[in-house]
Amino acid sequence: MTVVANELVGRGARDGARLFREWFDELTLAAQNQDKTAYVFVMGSLHEIIKTFDMHTVFPEITSLQTAVRKVADEYLSLAEDHGFSPDVCGYVKADYALQLRKGEHPMGTVPPPSIAVLTNACNTYFKWAEMWERMYDIPTITVDVPGTRGLHALDISGADKERDQRYVLNQLKELIGHLEEVSGKPFDIDRMREVLEYTNRMGRAWRRVLELNRSSPAVFDAMLEGTIYLGVANALRGTQAGAEYFEDLVEEMEYKVSQNLSPLVDHAQEHRLVFVGVPCYPIFRRFYQLFSEWGGIFVSSTYMWFASGGLNLDFEYDLDRPLESLAEGVLLSVRRAGEAMLFHDRTLLEAIDTFDVDGVVYHPIKSCRTVSTSLADSRRAVLEERDVLCLHIESDMMDKRVVSEAQMKNRIDAFFEGLESRRIRLGSAGAAGSASITTA
Amino acid sequence: MAYAAGVDVGSTQTKAVVVDEGGNIVGRSLLPTGANVVQAAEHAFRQALESENIPESEVGFVVGTGYGRYRVEFGDTQITEIVCHARGAAHMFPGTETVLDMGGQDTKAIKIRPGGDVADFCMNDKCAAGTGRFLQSAAAALDLDLGDLGPTALRGQRPVNISTTCTVFAESEVLSWLAKGKKIEDILLGVHRSIGSRSMALLRRVGIEGEITFTGGVTRNDAMVEVMKDMLGQELNVSEESHYIGALGAALFALERISKSHTTPEAHSEVTA
Repeated sequence: MTVVANELVGRGARDGARLFREWFDELTLAAQNQDKTAYVFVMGSLHEIIKTFDMHTVFPEITSLQTAVRKVADEYLSLAEDHGFSPDVCGYVKADYALQLRKGEHPMGTVPPPSIAVLTNACNTYFKWAEMWERMYDIPTITVDVPGTRGLHALDISGADKERDQRYVLNQLKELIGHLEEVSGKPFDIDRMREVLEYTNRMGRAWRRVLELNRSSPAVFDAMLEGTIYLGVANALRGTQAGAEYFEDLVEEMEYKVSQNLSPLVDHAQEHRLVFVGVPCYPIFRRFYQLFSEWGGIFVSSTYMWFASGGLNLDFEYDLDRPLESLAEGVLLSVRRAGEAMLFHDRTLLEAIDTFDVDGVVYHPIKSCRTVSTSLADSRRAVLEERDVLCLHIESDMMDKRVVSEAQMKNRIDAFFEGLESRRIRLGSAGAAGSASITTA
Repeated sequence: MAYAAGVDVGSTQTKAVVVDEGGNIVGRSLLPTGANVVQAAEHAFRQALESENIPESEVGFVVGTGYGRYRVEFGDTQITEIVCHARGAAHMFPGTETVLDMGGQDTKAIKIRPGGDVADFCMNDKCAAGTGRFLQSAAAALDLDLGDLGPTALRGQRPVNISTTCTVFAESEVLSWLAKGKKIEDILLGVHRSIGSRSMALLRRVGIEGEITFTGGVTRNDAMVEVMKDMLGQELNVSEESHYIGALGAALFALERISKSHTTPEAHSEVTA
């Protein structure tokens, strides 16, 4: 039992960190060898097509956030601002711009320059960001326009509308393939694409199982701390054998933890089950997590694991008999659902509150990304009206430590947990006279 | 007789309250916080005891609150001021459903459940524009004592529009209105309304419902009370002791601890300074 436990528990975090380092090592090598590299974005990455051509991929959102995690983002942000960027511009864009000025010099290695940029309209910042590379490197920049619905439940759309939209995306993917053949110097291989899609299918099955296993009590992982590691692997290794196997191993670890009632918390009897809405505060990432975990807070789920997983959370698998058509459908659904997850928090959150037995919701709007911060105040109000949970609203940034005030944050978080403790006592003694008490950390 | 105490160390002022077994305030004090937070907490506590000749040995539990709560070194535990203001407001005004706390650097809107539990709260973020600090800046710009702001503003008839969202820039905006020949009372009324509009935004976030209790140091400013009543279109619960409500809430939590744990008075670690 001990041997099994030693091997299994924490394996996902260890292997995830290793795979992530290896991915960066490959990028460093690609930079040295001047290999062909595609720049893609987390939402609607189209990674499967890039991998079909065996090109390297850079996710600028990930390389940027890693400068914050590694405490050097301010150097990059300052350099970009010296070149005229406003403090209000997306921190990811500015860090990436500075990274390009510094010839790819990054705390994890060297990031190769782009040979091509591939993007969708999942985020309005993507367009101008890619135009920046186009001007800096004179590279092709291919935008796949994914029709939105501006409504709830994109997955429910069917019939002629869905077929028309899929055809629209499919035709753009065919154009994209032509550009990738030109840049890579390789012909498109449909069987290679089937292989890549099957790896993503395996990854998606495992991903959904991992998310589902955190419904257990105690929860088996923290969706913000460990979840961010999983997200990194899910994006960088999407459509690869290593990525598929990693998540299948992760399922094994999580099932074991569920069977043994193992929690990341020291005292899981005091567990406060939370959902995180937004993007983490990377400049103080570990401390940010501790501000919650010290009180027994654990994030059982997060919107980040939905909208930044490239649709892995959706009940959708690629049909290998019609790979390209199926990829078009997958892109259509994942990009729509990412937008939906950001604009219709309340519906998805209410579902999560019920299925994950949630005590509280933490909203973390970030200064430099209005896309993921829009509508949070409305969502919070709607959730409070419909469920007896507590909500916390704290604002900082995912990159810029100048707008991160730990003292203010701690004060709010402490008050939030004091309220949760009080709520627990109130619910535990429902009907009893008198008011609830407070315990302190 | 066992007493309980709460010490609220705020950014500007430190308040201490001592309550008896019935939760009645029997001792209180108010001091500027200054640079030595530990000392401010100790002095405020001692003054509150001395105001009614209460022996320290009879204080069974002390709760620290406010930004400096962890510097109340003689305290037995710490609780955030958000929760303490809610508890204190519900105790002083039992019909309270919403609390507006306006302090030196923070303004908070708190929605509370019956009994004083916090249901929801919102605070100003990284900017002191809707707080007492804004009033201090205006007073400095106009060379007035803080205590004169309220009475002067109440004489205002045509408030100017203070558009800035920054406390520091507000000072220059006040000066520019002076240069345009506006009356001081109209400028000050504009300053109060500017703070009021920010507070209203916070209150709307948690929902404006039922009785609203106004707490914190700015409650001593009559003009602010009147502006908030006007903007809310309803009466506010406010009293001479509203700025002690955070410390009162802390003291009530301390009292609760005594009654639950049957702590003897000697259990409290005494001030040694």
